[in-house]
Amino acid sequence: MASRKDILLEVKNLKTSFFTKKGVIKAVDDVSFTVKKGEVIGLVGESGSGKSVTSLSIMRLVPQPAGKIVSGEIIFNNENLLNKSETEMRELRGNNISMILQDPMVSLNQLLTVGYQIGETFKHHGKADGNLLDKCINVLKKVRVPSPETRVNNYPFQFSGGMCQRVLIGTGIANNPELLIADEPTTALDVTIQAQILQLMKDLRNETNASIILITHDLATIAQICTKVYVMYGGRIVEKAPIKDFYKNPQHPYSEGLIKSVPVLGKRVKRLFAIEGQPPNLLHPPPGCRFEPRCTKAKKVCSQKYPPEIELKKDHQVSCWLYG
Amino acid sequence: MKESGQDISQTFSIAPPDEASGKKLGVRTPYLGLFFLGLFFFMVIFADLISPYDPYASDLSKGTLPPFWEKGGSAAHLLGTDFLGRDQLSRIIHGSRMSLIVSLGCIAIYGTIGVILGLISGFVGGRTDMIIMRLTDIWQSVPGLIVILLLVSVIGPSAKTVIISIGIAGWPGYARIVRGECLSLKQRDFVRLAKVAGCSNIRIMASHIFPNTINTLLVLTTMDIAGIIVLSATLSFLGLGTQPPSCDWGLMLAEGRQYITYAWWLVTFPGVAIAITVIGFNLTGDWLREILDPKQVLR
Repeated sequence: MASRKDILLEVKNLKTSFFTKKGVIKAVDDVSFTVKKGEVIGLVGESGSGKSVTSLSIMRLVPQPAGKIVSGEIIFNNENLLNKSETEMRELRGNNISMILQDPMVSLNQLLTVGYQIGETFKHHGKADGNLLDKCINVLKKVRVPSPETRVNNYPFQFSGGMCQRVLIGTGIANNPELLIADEPTTALDVTIQAQILQLMKDLRNETNASIILITHDLATIAQICTKVYVMYGGRIVEKAPIKDFYKNPQHPYSEGLIKSVPVLGKRVKRLFAIEGQPPNLLHPPPGCRFEPRCTKAKKVCSQKYPPEIELKKDHQVSCWLYG
Repeated sequence: MKESGQDISQTFSIAPPDEASGKKLGVRTPYLGLFFLGLFFFMVIFADLISPYDPYASDLSKGTLPPFWEKGGSAAHLLGTDFLGRDQLSRIIHGSRMSLIVSLGCIAIYGTIGVILGLISGFVGGRTDMIIMRLTDIWQSVPGLIVILLLVSVIGPSAKTVIISIGIAGWPGYARIVRGECLSLKQRDFVRLAKVAGCSNIRIMASHIFPNTINTLLVLTTMDIAGIIVLSATLSFLGLGTQPPSCDWGLMLAEGRQYITYAWWLVTFPGVAIAITVIGFNLTGDWLREILDPKQVLR
């Protein structure tokens, strides 16, 4: 157990639900995890498994009025974020906790210059002195945008997708946040740019010792920079593992399926492995384990009760009846 | 490579779009509208230079002269004179200024009210939205002209009153449209980015959402100016707008009405001026809407 000082963020039993006309959708159901200082963790899962909602919950930006954090604690630097007022949260956002959004092409306001949008993070936090322009140029330099002196006055439509993503990362890291949440930062980019962006994030972590939560469904990305992986399925974390254990020895049948379905270069297979079935409907989730209907190793108990979290060894927990 | 390219185009028969759809896609420039608008602004800007006489100088000895091509008309007064011997052309030229001042003044007032209420309503949502929108409903259910007439008769007729009363009466349209735009804009990712960066709601509204509504507002304003010109002319005609001796097209119509049987030019030319300006603004507004929102044309 790491000492309390090392822990930057602790999410305890977080439950976030969406209250719709059809019923309550439990998008995040009893999720707990910790992020240590300087740690890069990966949050993996299919679309709709609750990764993004988890991150929005941490930022306290769950879409209103349908979405609501029902219960739980989000402890950041020994303070519970859920008890903070909106004004206090605003102070933290962009300053201590920051986020990189998914789609670079639509996340920037097309009518404002790139420099203005980076400058906004400074301005709002009272860090805008005379050399705001220099600061923005510095940010662009940090994210390796070529000729930042001229680019700072350009508009987003004059940038390519990869460059926009860099700008977005720039807005995320402008104030040297302690926690950076990157929500699929490389999904919209092609592979060569992906590698550059990941390298960039690695460098930034080394420079500023920020913690990063990387949300993705791309296992290759996780393998490159994360030290720990949290696998989410149907709004819950099903496995928590160090990166090496996760690849060599995935314990949860779902993690196993995920890893199996990645094509391996040089290994010829007739058909790629696929996990059968559909992700659960969170409006009416299965009563037991969420993965049970698709699981090949399901036992009787799986359809009745949700499995407890079982510690296999240090830092490796799994929620599955196979081990209980 | 080149050959295979040709093959593909043959197989799939990539033909130029047919005439009908081509016409739909293209945006025709409204030369007539722009010309009318140009004429209007030319009069506004150079009124002092191009008007042949002082619009207020009366010469009773030259009262109600017909335009130059009529019997008794002279080239000295191209469009004739009114009953006080004031030069019609000069008065029409100077009247354009009054039209512009009144319409811009009105839009400045109700645009501001409408945009602010619309942004708040759309962005905050919930109960606030409900209250503002029901207020808008109530406001819109009362006939605008009646409200204006009431206000004018309470405050007393003058150009200033016209501006204020139309300004107070006209905001619901703006509020509705800005609210609608705001509802869709606030879902966009760049708003989320601004939130993530820690921007306050007011800042998001002012520097992220508002600039994105300007296209729509520009079109709306252009269209509205035409409406206001007619409305203010109506008020002047009813004697509740600008007061004599100012140059105002509506007022000129009102004053000329009693002489209509033998001096047709006193009502015709101000009327034509109003019509031309309104047509100019309307045609240009349509055109602006099409070029500023290409999606609308495709629909």
